[in-house]
Amino acid sequence: MKRLLSATASVAVLAGAAFAEEVRVYNWSDYIDEELLTKFQTETGIDLIYDVFDSNEVLETKMLAGGSGYDVVVPSGTFLQRQIQAGAFQKLDMSKLSNAGNLWDVVAQRTAQYDPGNEYSINYMWGTTGLGVNVGKVKELLGEDAPIGSLELIFNPANMEKLASCGVHVLDAPTEIIPAALKYIGENPDSQDPDVIAKTEAVLMGVRPYIQKFHSSEYINALANGEICVAFGWSGDILQARDRAAEADNGVEIAYNAPSEGALMWFDQMAIPADAPNPEGAHKFLNFILDAQNMAAASNYVYYANGNKASQEFLVEDVIGDTAIYPDAATLENLYTVTPYDARVQRTVTRLWTKIKSGT
Amino acid sequence: MRRFILISVPYAWLLALFLVPFAIVIKISLSDTVIAIPPYAPTLDLAGGWAGIVEFFQGVDFETFEFLTSDDLYWKAYLSSLKIAVIATAITLAVGYPIAYGMTRVAPEWRPTLLMLVILPFWTSFLIRVYAWMGILGQDGLINQALLWLGVIDQPLTILNTPTAVYIGIVYTYLPFMILPIYSALEKLDDSLLEAAEDLGCSRFTAFWLVTWPLSRNGIIAGSFLVFIPTLGEFVIPSLLGGSKTLMIGKVLWEEFFSNRDWPVASAVAVILLLILIIPIILFQRNEQKQREAEG
Repeated sequence: MKRLLSATASVAVLAGAAFAEEVRVYNWSDYIDEELLTKFQTETGIDLIYDVFDSNEVLETKMLAGGSGYDVVVPSGTFLQRQIQAGAFQKLDMSKLSNAGNLWDVVAQRTAQYDPGNEYSINYMWGTTGLGVNVGKVKELLGEDAPIGSLELIFNPANMEKLASCGVHVLDAPTEIIPAALKYIGENPDSQDPDVIAKTEAVLMGVRPYIQKFHSSEYINALANGEICVAFGWSGDILQARDRAAEADNGVEIAYNAPSEGALMWFDQMAIPADAPNPEGAHKFLNFILDAQNMAAASNYVYYANGNKASQEFLVEDVIGDTAIYPDAATLENLYTVTPYDARVQRTVTRLWTKIKSGT
Repeated sequence: MRRFILISVPYAWLLALFLVPFAIVIKISLSDTVIAIPPYAPTLDLAGGWAGIVEFFQGVDFETFEFLTSDDLYWKAYLSSLKIAVIATAITLAVGYPIAYGMTRVAPEWRPTLLMLVILPFWTSFLIRVYAWMGILGQDGLINQALLWLGVIDQPLTILNTPTAVYIGIVYTYLPFMILPIYSALEKLDDSLLEAAEDLGCSRFTAFWLVTWPLSRNGIIAGSFLVFIPTLGEFVIPSLLGGSKTLMIGKVLWEEFFSNRDWPVASAVAVILLLILIIPIILFQRNEQKQREAEG
């Protein structure tokens, strides 16, 4: 029996070697030019298995449960920081990342706040959280001077009441919306004080009846098709909606604005789980992404800025020249970042979020 | 000896597939969250021998259960789930019983075909069928288009993302689980009993009420349990068809697990959910047994 087992085991090992190498990547939905995936497979001969998610929370649960089976995952800054602390990632082997020199120090400085020394991650994309509006419809409902660039649009019940009929979507992500609500009432958006955070309840409950849905990916299509007229979402997603509407030529004009009160700046970082089955292949994938032309292709496709200085010469004018994507110095001044909540504050935040979503 | 083996098989089954997993869930519910893999502590280290076990028991407490009582969200969610499960089971029974009854009233050669029709939907993934309902119930879905075209309404009805859509989804999904046990109970029914009842002066309705209904009772009970139990913890249907207003404990559990990454509280919610289910079932079975003894 024992002999039979070991025979089977060696067959399995041989079979394993005979199969093509695999890399499993878990990234955000609508977040890459799919041609890049094919290109990676043809260049390296590695089979790429590409899965998507639309919530940091879901990714984090998989990371903390362990054994996710992924080789590359893409958490945002604050989540990355907590997962590093939990021991979920392995340090990158810089000797295998020959393209690491392409990274942009301006972004690297900021991501070091979450990943000190950028030892565990490379920046994939970064962006802001703000307002996507169907310009025609919003002006029709709120008049020519509608506050399309201000948090007034979504946090002032008077405006929201009028907008409710044509549909408002908000990200289902408390760590994005609560900082914005804090900013709106003039508090520190990165407050870690449960009493201060509790103040946002009144603001959010006031506009909740007018919010059609809390969802983190449906709004791209909904905005583009004209099904909704306002979305509080991620910059590139809204710009993708703008692009899709323009392509469909359906008379829908979408605009993205970072709120004038200040906008959250976030960073999505590629990292390798500590228990990745194929860290070797994962490094190859990261190095492929770090290539200036590949990174530029991804940004040109998804309308997000990246942390790759060398890629900038390959970016189309639509991307590098748009201050909604690559903010100018003045806008950059107006962006803020947040830090992770500890377990106790996290509970307050989620409880508040459940209350806002369900009304209890 | 043979008898012992016969009895031990179901008990081993129960132990391996119910009691052991349940003990693991209870164990997690007594621990505390930490930022680590796995995200709770202490973990029971059996390799540490007796000392490891002692250390584990020193680390656990009932804090999570106390926490559940301190926030009314959980009780509201349990009650709301119970309400939805009771109503949905009643509707499923009301729809399923006539179907099962009708199936046994047709010529026997038709029965396999009808049975096939009841089972057929299982050949498609449950998730796809629920997605199909999203298309049917939506603002520009089939129902609204049909009603608008017929001129019954002039504004599309909001059905999707309401409790009504959740009930439709649950009744649709669990209907076969109600029909099949009732059908199998009714199929065994001896028609001569009904003839006897009518001979003794019963109208068709009284005969149904005095003979058919009591004899199908086991099927009704089995069907109701098969619908009620999974509905109570249902997560997929309310999250796809229900709006943010449908509060169900399955969804709360999901959020504890995924958004709060609080495995101990999520486990405590699951333990209580199980107790809510098990206690009535045990009481019910005791009652049945007593009745049988009284009759015997």
